[in-house]
Formats: sequence, C-alpha cells, structure tokens
Amino acid sequence: MRGYVSQATPRNRRIRDDTGFDLGQFARTLTQVGQAVLVFFIIGYLIWRGAQAMEYNWQWYRIEPFFYRVIDGETIWGPLVRGLVQTLKLAGIAGVIAILIGFATAFARLSSSISGRVIATTYLEAVRNTPLLVQLFLFYFVLAPIFGIDRFWAGVLCLSFFEGSFAAEIIRGGILGVDKGQYEGGDAIGLNKVDKYRFIIIPQSLPLILPPLTGLLISLIKHSAIVSVIAVSELTTAGLNLIADTFMAFEIWFLVAGMYLAVTITLSIGVSLFERTLQKGR
Amino acid sequence: MLDITSKPLVEITGMCKWYGEFSALHDINLSVHEGEKVVVCGPSGSGKSTMIRCINQLEAHQKGTISVNGAEVSPDMKNIEQIRREVGMVFQSFNLFPHMTILDNLTLGPMRNRGVSRADATDLAMHYLERVHIAQQAEKYPPQLSGGQQQRVAIARSLCMKPKVMLFDEPTSALDPEMIAGVLDVMIELAEEGMTMIVVTHEMGFARKVADRVVFMDEGEIIEVAEPEEFFNNPQSDRAQLFLSQLLGH
Repeated sequence: MRGYVSQATPRNRRIRDDTGFDLGQFARTLTQVGQAVLVFFIIGYLIWRGAQAMEYNWQWYRIEPFFYRVIDGETIWGPLVRGLVQTLKLAGIAGVIAILIGFATAFARLSSSISGRVIATTYLEAVRNTPLLVQLFLFYFVLAPIFGIDRFWAGVLCLSFFEGSFAAEIIRGGILGVDKGQYEGGDAIGLNKVDKYRFIIIPQSLPLILPPLTGLLISLIKHSAIVSVIAVSELTTAGLNLIADTFMAFEIWFLVAGMYLAVTITLSIGVSLFERTLQKGR
Repeated sequence: MLDITSKPLVEITGMCKWYGEFSALHDINLSVHEGEKVVVCGPSGSGKSTMIRCINQLEAHQKGTISVNGAEVSPDMKNIEQIRREVGMVFQSFNLFPHMTILDNLTLGPMRNRGVSRADATDLAMHYLERVHIAQQAEKYPPQLSGGQQQRVAIARSLCMKPKVMLFDEPTSALDPEMIAGVLDVMIELAEEGMTMIVVTHEMGFARKVADRVVFMDEGEIIEVAEPEEFFNNPQSDRAQLFLSQLLGH
C-alpha cells in the first residue's frame, strides 16, 4: 500500500452543505406517496365493487345509535362504546396483573432457588407453547367452575397469565441489562438483597423495561378480542351482537377494527413520546 | 510504629479458589494489621483483584479462612452486609449509581445499612465530599463528572460507611493520565490519616511512598512480601525481578 496522507477538512471548516429546495427529492417523494395512494384506492375500489356485486346494502347512516343515543336530553351510550370501555377495563386489569406476574416470574427465574426456577420455567413453557384459545377454554370451562369465578374474571386471568409470560421475559432482560458493576457497587456499601434491587437495579432497568412493556399493553388490547368466544361483553362481542341484530356486517367490522386501531395508535404515539422523554433523561 | 502484637484486622489463611478446573488462587496467607498499608502488585491475571474481592466476598473462596475484624467470612453467611460495612471498596470502573445524584450515592449506604437519618447522612456525605475536594458537585449525576472526579466520589462513598479497612482494586487503571494524580493524592491523604488499606495498583510511585509492605503475586500465589525499598531495590524472586524490569524498563 502506498502512503496515505490525510486530507481531512479541519473541524471548524466543515460547513453543512445545504442547497435549499431539492426538486429531484421532492419529485421522488411525491411519486412514492402517489403509489401508496393508488394502492389504497385500488383495494378500496375492489371492496366497493365486490360489495356492489353482492348487492350489499351499505347503511352507514344507521351507525350513530351504535355509539350513543340522546333520549330526553340524556345521553345513553351505545353498545360499541360500552364494549370499548369493557375492553379497556379488561386490558387494564389484565395488564396490571400481567406485570405483577412478570416481575414474580422474572425474579423466580433469576433466583438461586431451584424450585423457583423450575416453577417459573414450567409456567413460561406451558403458556408460550399452547394456543391462547385453548388456554381461554381451560380457564373458562375448567378453572372458572372449580374456583367459582365469572366469565369476565376468567377472561382477565387468562389474558394476565398469557401476557405475564411475555412480561416476564421483558423484565428479566431489563434486569440482566444492568451492568454487573452496579450489583458490586451495592454489595460494597453493604446493601442487603432487597435494598440492592429496590434502589439500584430496578430503577436502572426501568428505562429498558418500560418501552417494550407498553408495547405489550398494546398487544394485550388486541388479544383481548379473543374473550368474545366466552361471551364477555367487550368490543368484539358488542360487534357480534350488533351484526346479529342488524345484519350490517361490513360496516360494523370496519367500525370495530377502526376503534381498536384508534386506541392502539393513540397508545403507540404515547409510548414513543414517553420513550423520547426517557432518552432525554439520560 | 505498627502494633504487630494486636490481632490482625484482615487475616487470610490457606485460602484457595478455583474457577472450574482453573486454580485462580492457591494457598494465600496474608494478615493486615490496623493502620497498615499493603500494596498488591503483579502481572495481570495473577489473582490480585480476585484476592481482595474475596475479602468482602464479592467472590467466594473454596478453601481456607478469611476473617475481618475477628469475624470469619464465608460464602454462605447470612449477614454478609455487616462484614461489608467494615470493608470499603473502590473499583477500577467506579461503579457509582448513575441514576442518583452524587449526594444520594453517598447517603444510600449509611441510611440503609447503618440506619443513619437523612440529615446526618447528608452531613456525613458533605464532610467526605469536601475531603475529596468535590463538595460543589454534590447535586450532579455521576456521568456529568470526569473519571477522576467519579473515582474520588467512589472513595468518599466508601468512607461514608466508616469502614475499618479500605480495598482499592486498580483505582487508577481506568483513568486518563492527567486524572490519576488527583485520585492518588486523596489516597495518600487517607493513608496519612491512618486508614488501613489494601491497594491493588501498578502505581509504583504510590507504593514506594505509602506502602508498609508490598505483596507480589503471580499465577495465583503470593511470591514475595517485602518492604517497598527492599522489594524495588532488591527483589528476591526471578518473577518479581522480571515483573519490575518490565514495569520500570521503559
């Protein structure tokens, strides 16, 4: 190789080369946006043509009472809104329990206790390697009558145990992500095990745990639709019931999907804003 | 000068340690009396760090006994925290808690282990921060400080526990050269005040100035123990001669 003499520009002379408006780049962006719009238009058109060929009678004008009705100046919430509230309640409670289960399982797996590790691993493998629907039937048809719990709580517990297994791995990963030196630092100043986790390890693992955990909450909202098969009165069940009454299957499924989408996208935006604050905190 | 007749503060007898088949430490015998300063040196991988990490049981030994202040330490003991508060430790990589202010780093140990009130712990912390010349940084977070400042904070954090003996595990090895002097100055001041110290370091100037004894280790064994002048001018073993010639030869 020949000798190489660095020709690097000195730092104070590195000026950003902004040429202002870039016509070529703008044209490329425009074409790509156009392509996306075209694809969505074609899909929309195909659905509309298909529905027309079936002679489907769109009745969008009838949807308002699905959300709310005003009788004598009093607002009465419709089945879709009540269903959504139930879905959020279901997912909220299940989310809290899932996180508790997740912490317990993560610590059991990390512990030196053999029984703790065996129990935690058995739980994780059992939950992750059986279908959610089968777990739900187990909870509803087997455990619910044995322990005398109603269908709402059977659904909550099933979802909690299912999502808890994922929460456990997220939390375990977060705790393992804390540098080994931090444990030693805590040991060196004579902290006991509980204090060491409480003041040093957990606070430092939270920035690693929270973003994926909020992602888990989003998938929990989506997975909660499955409890409609045991007739818990949440959003999907409300949709099914409305279709049975009105036969407006197309409109209602679009509405139900749109409502799930609205909730999860709101949460996603919330999460990314939250992550940005966490990043700034570093 | 030293009261050798007293019971040693740290006493290691016949200690061995293995990692699987690998023998990390073999038949270590060392006693350190109150007020004594011992510098441990030797090539990397010789077991210096492992040895001092066994004293507060960050590493478990498998054979032999270690006692601190008359109490024997063992890997399966329940109240290891009570031993650890007598033994301050300063790490190569500082191991400060980055999510807490400097002040909180210092007050945590006294408050949780010794049950000191927050106000008293704060007084204590400020006292030691002043001693390491860093009191004006108390409200900052560790990553905002330079390496040398962080290491001085780490020393202050250990002192807040009012330990009977301080262990230093290569305290200056991770520092930029211009930061080393500040940390060594703090350590020299500490030594002059009579703190019992066991220091793993390559800073031979520090060893000459401060150490009562130099312990030379190689391949998991203590090869030579001597006073610094004796050790540096007239090392007995071939391995110590080789080590010193490599260290001072350039």
